Order: sequence, then C-alpha cells, then structure tokens
Amino acid sequence: MHHKTLAELSAGLAAGEFSSVELTSHFLERIDTLDARLNSFISVTRELALEQARAADERIAAGEAGALTGIPMAHKDIFCTRGVRTSCGSRMLDNFTSPYDATVVSKLADAGMVMLGKTNMDEFAMGSSNETSHYGPVRNPWDVERVPGGSSGGSAAAVAARLAPATTGTDTGGSIRQPAALTGVTGLKPTYGRCSRYGMIAFASSLDQAGPMTRTAEDAALMLGAMAGFDARDSTSAERPVEDYLAALNQPVSGLRVGVVREFMHGELDPGIAASVEAAIAELQRQGAEVVEVSLPNAHLSVPAYYVVAPAECSSNLSRFDGVRFGHRCEDPKDLEDLYKRSRSEGFGPEVKRRIMIGTYALSAGYYDAYYLKAQQIRQLIAGDFRGAFAECDVIVAPTTPGTAFPLGDKGDDPVSMYLQDIFTIAVNLAGLPAISIPAPAVNGLPVGFQIIGDQFQEGRLLNVAHRIQQATDWHQQVPQGF
Amino acid sequence: MSLQPDDVSKIAHLARLAITPEEGESLSRELSSILDLVAQMTAVETSGIEPMAHPLEMQQRLRPDEVTETDQRELYLGNAPQAEAGLFLVPKVIE
Repeated sequence: MHHKTLAELSAGLAAGEFSSVELTSHFLERIDTLDARLNSFISVTRELALEQARAADERIAAGEAGALTGIPMAHKDIFCTRGVRTSCGSRMLDNFTSPYDATVVSKLADAGMVMLGKTNMDEFAMGSSNETSHYGPVRNPWDVERVPGGSSGGSAAAVAARLAPATTGTDTGGSIRQPAALTGVTGLKPTYGRCSRYGMIAFASSLDQAGPMTRTAEDAALMLGAMAGFDARDSTSAERPVEDYLAALNQPVSGLRVGVVREFMHGELDPGIAASVEAAIAELQRQGAEVVEVSLPNAHLSVPAYYVVAPAECSSNLSRFDGVRFGHRCEDPKDLEDLYKRSRSEGFGPEVKRRIMIGTYALSAGYYDAYYLKAQQIRQLIAGDFRGAFAECDVIVAPTTPGTAFPLGDKGDDPVSMYLQDIFTIAVNLAGLPAISIPAPAVNGLPVGFQIIGDQFQEGRLLNVAHRIQQATDWHQQVPQGF
Repeated sequence: MSLQPDDVSKIAHLARLAITPEEGESLSRELSSILDLVAQMTAVETSGIEPMAHPLEMQQRLRPDEVTETDQRELYLGNAPQAEAGLFLVPKVIE
C-alpha cells in the first residue's frame, strides 16, 4: 500500500480495496517501526489521524469523496495545526499548541486528507541539511549517515521512506527542492503568492512559499490543486484562479523550448550531477523539445543577496518571540530586558541567532543602504535576467543541487559552505518564480534532482514537463533499501 | 568585512539576544565570513535600479471596517507563560 501513489490510493479507496482507517493504520505502523532510523517526525497524531480517517470513510461511503479524501499525509512542523503542537523545529515553540489551523492545513483537511503528524525541519526553516532542529537531525533513507537536505528534511525523508505518501513543505531559498533532490522525491515550490502563508510561521515574508512533496508530478498536481488559492487573510495572496493542474499534465512537449543556463552548466559543476541533468535534458529532446542556451548573468549574486534579504526579514519576523505571549520564557526574569534576552537566547539555536544577527546588522542605521537596499536592487536585476531568459524559452532547466547528499556533520563550523548548497535554488525565490525538482539518474547510489523553472504562475507547465519525463523513465520510482 | 566582538555585542543588544564571551568570539568570526560572502554584491553597479521589495505587482488590499473575528481570549491566553485576569504578565516595566 505504501508504494501506491496518491492517484492509485484514491482509486483504491473509491473501489473499496481498502479503507482510510486501514491505510492510515498502515502508515502509522510504518512510522512506529521505521522512523527511529530517520527521525523524520516531531509529532505523530495517532488518535486524531484515526478520527479523521473514520470521518473520511463515512464521506467515501456516502459518495461525497473527492480525489484526496481519506489519504494520509503529514505537515512540516512550520504549519499551525489547531490543538496540535507546532514547534517549527525549535525549543522556542516546544510548548506551543496552535490555537488555529494554517489555511493550507484547513484546505487539505477540507479535501479530506488525514494528518499523520508534523514533520521535522531545520529550526525556523533555516538550514539546508535538517541538522539545526531542536529535535535532532533527520537522516537520509538512502544512507542514514547522510543528511536528507533542509529545511523540509523530515517531509522529504518521510515521502522517500514511504512513511507518508505526501507531505507539505516550505521553500524560502530551496527548502522544498533541495531536500527533494537529495532524497529522490518530487518537490514543487509554487509562484510566490500562489498558496496562502496564513498560519505558516514566517521566516522571510517576501520569499516564503508552501508546496507539496510527493513521489510523482501527478501527485504534486493533485496536492497543489487543493493547497493553492486566494486567501483574504494573507495580504500577499495572489488573486488569481487556481488552474486545473491535472488537465494539462499530458500535453506533449514537442516544440517546447527548454532553456539551459550557461552560468549553471559550467566546467566546475560536479561531473556526476552534470551527466544526470544532461540525461533528463536528453529525455526531453527525445520527446521533441528544443534546447536553447540562456543566460542569467547576475545569478552568481543570488546567494549574497539572499543572505542579506532573508536574514533581514527573519530578524524582523522572529522579534515576536519574546517570552511574553507564547513560546519559551526563561525562569525568574529580573526585568523586561532580561526576559527578552534570556528567553530568546535559550529558545533559539546557533544558526537562528546567526541569521537574526546578520539581519539586524544589515538593517541597522548606517548599513541599510549598503546591504538591504543593495540586495533588493540585485533582486530586481535577477528578476530581470529571468524575464529576459523567458523571452527565449518556455521553461528553464538546471541542477537542483551542486552535489549529492553529504554526510551529517560535514559542514561543521562553516555556515557559508552550507549556504552554497542553495546556489541553484535561491535565484528562483528572489524572483518569486515557480520551480519543481524531480529525480534524475542517481550518482553512486545517491539521488540527484533535476530542476525545472517556470515563469510566474506556470505551475501547470512545470508539472506537465515533469510528468512527461516521469512517464518515460523510472528515476522517480527508486526505493531506498530497507524501506 | 570584519566584525569585532564589540560590534557583536551591540548587534546582540539590538536583537535582544544574550551572548556569552565565547559565543561573541565565534560569532564575530562566523558573521565576518558571512559578510565577506555578502560583499560580492558591492562589485556590481546598481545605481538607478529600483529595489524590489516584493516579487509580484501588488497593492496592499483593504477590507471593509467590519468585525470579522470572534473573541477567543481564553484560547489565546492558553499559550501564555504567565497570565492573570485576561492579561499577559511580565516583570515590572515602569518604576
């Protein structure tokens, strides 16, 4: 049952081959027996899941089921879930039970999905390896001595290990796509504003976006259809109708102009990654797509610009964690300043503190122009580069990551070395564009991601191109040993 | 760009973070190396380029001035570290 896709599970439930309660119990048991090896879950909501499954079975019996009714899934622990701990991977919120549901959570619940629990993540979504979580690192099911990527490491590992058929993730600088690449799953970051950010704990408000993590593009299309949509409660929500992502899935790609970025496919790219990406491009060419070389001349500035913009926005967003209204409070505060300083210092881990500090510095008097304003101008340049490229191609393709999953502890004391993991993903967030990472041929037994980037609100096209590759290849069907 | 421990203390105070002297040392190294990464931006000429605050063309939406939320004070106070009589408690602020 755990090898079935969402589409297959939906058909099985409709045909009465199994019930939602059976399906949910099956995944809960897999989590119980297998997750100790991975640590991909922070909270498992057994009773709630079974209750939701029973309600789903009733809807199915009454003929009121939708495509996702009764199918189990898990939410990254960054989404507020009513009555359930929402920790954001941090000691700061270890004691926080959310009083409300994020919009993405209620939309998927309305679609009838059953929540198995909350997945592990880098603390406050800051990281590319899922090693900064207060709840311990997540391990990659392909090699448990290696990282699954981050920050949505738990969501990625759970799908790869078949502990959940689908999960939600968030992507600010690559946090859906990079772990999807390192664990061999499909992860989509929609256009900024496509999915509501209401109830999604904020890291960098102009970059954050929720998205599905699944094993196939078809499943991602199903999830996105339920997750996306205008929300009056999110003032950055796009007032744009949600497409039927399934309808466009099977369009042939002959004549599609595929842009390959000159600056990304340079001589220093790891040869294994390059070969894998080229195999995916070759498949598109085999199906009649045309390859065009495009240039993103300012792409090399995306990591520096991001490491000003994101920390600046995070320093502002995380100022709400002050020990006053919710979250961790230090013992016996002497005065208000002591309350703030000790609660925050005890509640936040080292990476979060680094980013708050950089952000505070970049926004402080005398430095705002040199750093934050400059970074926003670079952002404009990068968005302009993409507009120029999309005048010559329909989609842009690239590696998702510079390498395969690295060993736990590998990036040690070097934050910059970790930041460079996002070199192919970050420009997309700065420009607010949609992008998907799908599995390409593995290198030395480790997954590799192929990234497809689209112009704004082109999720349908991305899912279509990804689906056409997945129909003709089996790279996305590989299963890690032991799962 | 090199940050001295003194700069680090000032930033920490602005961010309301308590930093030990050891943390101050390692932070000053780490933050300096991040600032070196960031310094790559200065190589590019950007005068006249409009800063981008937001990826979409959008205006702040307004809504009618009508009450839409319900009073859930007890529920929200449930997560408070210390609360009394419907208020959040903090150490004395004003002498």
